[in-house]
Amino acid sequence: MSFHPLMPYGEGWHKSDRVLLEEGQAFTFTPERAAQLEDICSKYPSERRKSAVLAALYLAQDQQGYLTASAMRHIAEFLGITAAEVEDVATYYVMFYKAPVGKYVLQVCRTLSCALAGSERVVEALSEKLGIGLGQTDASGMFTLVEFECLGACDRAPVVMVNNEHWHERATAESCSKLIDDLRQRGPSALSGCHLRVEPVSAK
Amino acid sequence: MELILTQYVKEPNSFTLDFYEKHDGYQALKKAMGMPPNDVIETVKASGLRGRGGAGFPTGLKWQFVDKKIEPRYIACNADESEPGTFKDHVLMERNPHLLFEGCLIGCWAIGAKVAYIYIRGEFYHVQKVMEAELAKAYAQGYVGKNVLGSGWDCDIVIHRGAGAYEAGEETALIESLEGKRAQPRIKPPFPAVSGLYNKPTAVNNVETLCNLPSIIMRGAEWFTSLGPEKNGGPKLYCVSGHVKNPGVYEATMRTTLKELIFDRAGGIRAGHQLKAVIPGGSSVPILLPDQLDVPASFDDVQKAGSMLGSAGIIVMDETTCMVWAAQNLMHFYKHESCGKCTPCREGGDWLWKLLSKIERGDGEMRDLDLLNSVANNILGKTLCAFGDAEATPVLTTLKHFRAEYEAHIREGRCTVMGDWRARGTVAVH
Repeated sequence: MSFHPLMPYGEGWHKSDRVLLEEGQAFTFTPERAAQLEDICSKYPSERRKSAVLAALYLAQDQQGYLTASAMRHIAEFLGITAAEVEDVATYYVMFYKAPVGKYVLQVCRTLSCALAGSERVVEALSEKLGIGLGQTDASGMFTLVEFECLGACDRAPVVMVNNEHWHERATAESCSKLIDDLRQRGPSALSGCHLRVEPVSAK
Repeated sequence: MELILTQYVKEPNSFTLDFYEKHDGYQALKKAMGMPPNDVIETVKASGLRGRGGAGFPTGLKWQFVDKKIEPRYIACNADESEPGTFKDHVLMERNPHLLFEGCLIGCWAIGAKVAYIYIRGEFYHVQKVMEAELAKAYAQGYVGKNVLGSGWDCDIVIHRGAGAYEAGEETALIESLEGKRAQPRIKPPFPAVSGLYNKPTAVNNVETLCNLPSIIMRGAEWFTSLGPEKNGGPKLYCVSGHVKNPGVYEATMRTTLKELIFDRAGGIRAGHQLKAVIPGGSSVPILLPDQLDVPASFDDVQKAGSMLGSAGIIVMDETTCMVWAAQNLMHFYKHESCGKCTPCREGGDWLWKLLSKIERGDGEMRDLDLLNSVANNILGKTLCAFGDAEATPVLTTLKHFRAEYEAHIREGRCTVMGDWRARGTVAVH
């Protein structure tokens, strides 16, 4: 006899609502990326290759644009950990794309200091220009618009990060339309970059 | 005042090894390596250096607690600067990365570690690229790696990129993330000093903390303590943002008052507006009102004033800021960043955000205010890490100081303080 109250078990009740990533095409790292990852692994104790999982996910994302189940299985094999461990990490951190994204992912900081400087208006202006809502990609496949939490450049608010990498500081709602046009034409060079970086980075 | 940490940051090529060497770079490392490690720890203890990440724990003491009987030991440098309103480590790493490397090496020497992992937030990739290029030069010049400065001592520095998780700034969550897991906190004790990275003794130190070490070694503990009030010595970086004329990073001693930082250094409130509220130490700390700012911006004095210095991220809001909206904005951050490990924080954050959203859009009821209080107080102190307390704070502090504003929202069924910089409502933002 069960002490559980009667539950309205219905269709699908026992199904996990965990969303698995798309299987995607068969994935292996290119030889260069495999070598790069091996080099990164060597920076951690030999039995701690798992430490390189974030680096591996970045490399996979770099290679095919977003993460798939087959990429995660490959990473698991590469590092000698389980696919579940890779998925656990991949679905936790916000900088990994779990579905295809546009060529430029516009990541607008929405947290307090940026919001006080008008980041809500920036989101609205970008949305209007591109004809998309948050989390969506425009028809041309060029732009994806998302919000991000504090990017750590509150003195140059509002800040927009592009593709997890390039920075655009002091965005204004008025300049968004031109920014999109410029990005279309000349890519990341249309962005302001980080104000701290005044000189070109010298080579090794 | 003489600038210690940011003296050179505005000069061209200040980030290069050449520049650093010309300005006495790596001399402190040489000096430290001429001292027995324990003397380095004693010097840092005598300097009273307190962690610049937020908690203000004495660095020397942290190092003393590191279990020296177990090998290997690690330094984990917390460069996951993610506290809303904080952007000081960003400047140090991008403009003066060798100062951080030197600090890491001195730390490693002191606790007998052979590797320092610098955990940098994924969003600072442009910073990381600068650091990696400079680190390669430091390796080539023999400051890092095998046989440091010809001493026979080996010490590596590894830069580890995070991937977007505020919680990774909590020391045990940072360690978990370094191990290739979700950034979720561990149960303490054991503290990292006993069992940290790979279950080995680990000192987790903030970027700014480590950057203070070279000058302490070169100029001594007494000089360092003399710079500030008792137990709050040394230079400190303050990040001022929000509705001020000149937002930016300002170096000052902890004798400087919050008022001076906001009105003298950052130029005061933007033209035509008045100060309404200040969050003095990153989004996780209680609000101070305009009449509470005449206090030194030290760990102890800000605490006495009823808030915390935290990460010294000073967010300034003028009279156009709706405090319900501000709490809602921050609660969106906390509900998004909660790691999900402890139920009060994971569930409570979402509830708080929903309640705040309801009030802000004009659908609130008076009883919601008690519910806000109740939910926030059931998060406070009931989680593994300080995130829970941080998450409850925006609600509790705005309710305490601006309850009338909440009530006006509910009475009038709309937001009563609409700044012209707010959303027009053309996009479903959340």
